[in-house]
Amino acid sequence: MAEPVSKAAEIALASQKNAARRHQLLAMPSLLIITLFGIGPLLVILVYSFLKAAPYGGVEWKFSTDAYLNFLFQRDIFDDTLQFSPDYLFIYLRSVIFAVVTTAVCLIIGFPTAYFMATRPPEQRSWWVLLITIPFWSNLLVRTLAIMFIIRDEGVINTVLMNWHVIDKPITMLYTNFAIVLGLLYSYLPFMVLPLYSSLEKLDFRLVEAGFDLYADKRRVLWRIIIPLAKPGIVAGCLLVLIPAIGAYVTPLILGGGLHLMIGDLIAQQFGSGRNWPLGAAQALILMAAVMVALFFYVRNSSGKMHHE
Amino acid sequence: MNKVNASVDIKTQPGFKAVAILCLAMLYTPILVLIIFAFNAGNLMMHWEGVSLRWFGVALANQDFQSAARNTFMISIVATLVSTVTATLAAIGMTRVKAWPGMRMAFMIINLPLMVPEIITAVATLSFFALLAKGLGLNFGIGNIMLAHCVFCIPFAFMPIRARLEDMDLTLENAAADLYATPWQAFRRVTFPLLVPGIASGAALAFIVSFDDFTITQLVAGPGQTTLPLYIWDQTRRPMTPEINAISAVLLLFSISFIIISFLIARKRK
Repeated sequence: MAEPVSKAAEIALASQKNAARRHQLLAMPSLLIITLFGIGPLLVILVYSFLKAAPYGGVEWKFSTDAYLNFLFQRDIFDDTLQFSPDYLFIYLRSVIFAVVTTAVCLIIGFPTAYFMATRPPEQRSWWVLLITIPFWSNLLVRTLAIMFIIRDEGVINTVLMNWHVIDKPITMLYTNFAIVLGLLYSYLPFMVLPLYSSLEKLDFRLVEAGFDLYADKRRVLWRIIIPLAKPGIVAGCLLVLIPAIGAYVTPLILGGGLHLMIGDLIAQQFGSGRNWPLGAAQALILMAAVMVALFFYVRNSSGKMHHE
Repeated sequence: MNKVNASVDIKTQPGFKAVAILCLAMLYTPILVLIIFAFNAGNLMMHWEGVSLRWFGVALANQDFQSAARNTFMISIVATLVSTVTATLAAIGMTRVKAWPGMRMAFMIINLPLMVPEIITAVATLSFFALLAKGLGLNFGIGNIMLAHCVFCIPFAFMPIRARLEDMDLTLENAAADLYATPWQAFRRVTFPLLVPGIASGAALAFIVSFDDFTITQLVAGPGQTTLPLYIWDQTRRPMTPEINAISAVLLLFSISFIIISFLIARKRK
């Protein structure tokens, strides 16, 4: 009597296993492409970072930790001792500072914008989202060139100011730190606004109302109710700006003119004119480690949140 | 009446409207200036000499521009097709199903390309293909760029398709099964038609990120594999004429109309 029941259970289990296998199989093509051509390359640079540089680019298959040592030290040509040389460290530090400043300004501009969008009537909201989405998906290179046309010595700002005789000589803005931060800000502002908006759109305004009922003024409501409730959006937006801004390549390339480097250009340079692939690989991995740390804190933060709720 | 006013008022914050307008002005002024100067008749970038389509003619007639455009479309179309098909399959296998062993890992793998800074992907892919060429004599030519693009297009295609699947009602498929549809019939006649808008927006995203990509393409591209963004970059290294504005404007207008069309289609569907 017990036989048929267990048989049925067995069949059910087998069909469940089959379904699982089928689902797994469906995911395979994507996983295969990303593993082979996305993760594979990361492993290649991991290996490369422990090899010796070949004189004309590429690598020599000899184990060496020079790439990582070179990050902080320079080998003296005469007596072969290692000397502390913080040049690369400075570039990393600069990149982090630029990225943090960019993130802060993005937040200062992005938060009010996202809040204003979220408090529009629903019909208007979708148009605002479209307006922010357009630059989000427009070509980054072209948008950066557009900034260059505006801030060049012969650019729009200087031409207008000189025609109005406000200034006699053009103000140098291109190829400065200011240009890079402006470019980063302009590039990544939509990355801040969109997650902030999606978090503020779900804001429960009854809580705001309750705040007013308890005699809070607008500022207190903003700082004590709205901003704390929007925290997940703020964290997500900051990360979405911070991570690409630290590794930015196009912006400093065009607006920094090779004079003001950031990590991204430094890495690319080792694979180009620098002809030191292992060093470039090591620098890339150090950047990757920094990003992973940021993401780790984010995941821990957001999963902790979920737990509380 | 009074209540409506009050409820509107509690939502507003002083100065926020001004910041929102400033934000839009910041985002759009450079783009608009670039496009306006593409219509400049003169030879100099900043001396306005009247409206003309002259530079668009010069740009579009340029052989290098045409071959770059051909390469770009070839790469983007292949990357879009491959990534949309594989991402659709993956989304079906990973959404609304009983968790299978390794599914969490699979999610991480699919999202990985979004988390790695672009420049790292670029130099890693360059090293990878250099190794393939040197070690195994494998070189797929322009296929190298296509493969690199597929990697980062898959997560972009995956997101909207998965979101759409998650929102879908299982009862419809159950109803189909009750009416003796085979699983394949249920998929073909019920699930797939409902999934089409998600697939369409996934494909649109994949296309636009591939079409606009500069960093990865620049490092991976070999000689003769210039795409439009690379072509624009080459132009900036020479004495600049409004031709570069015209090409940039063409590229921008293409992306912008693409985005607006997908937005309008998505709206209509709702």
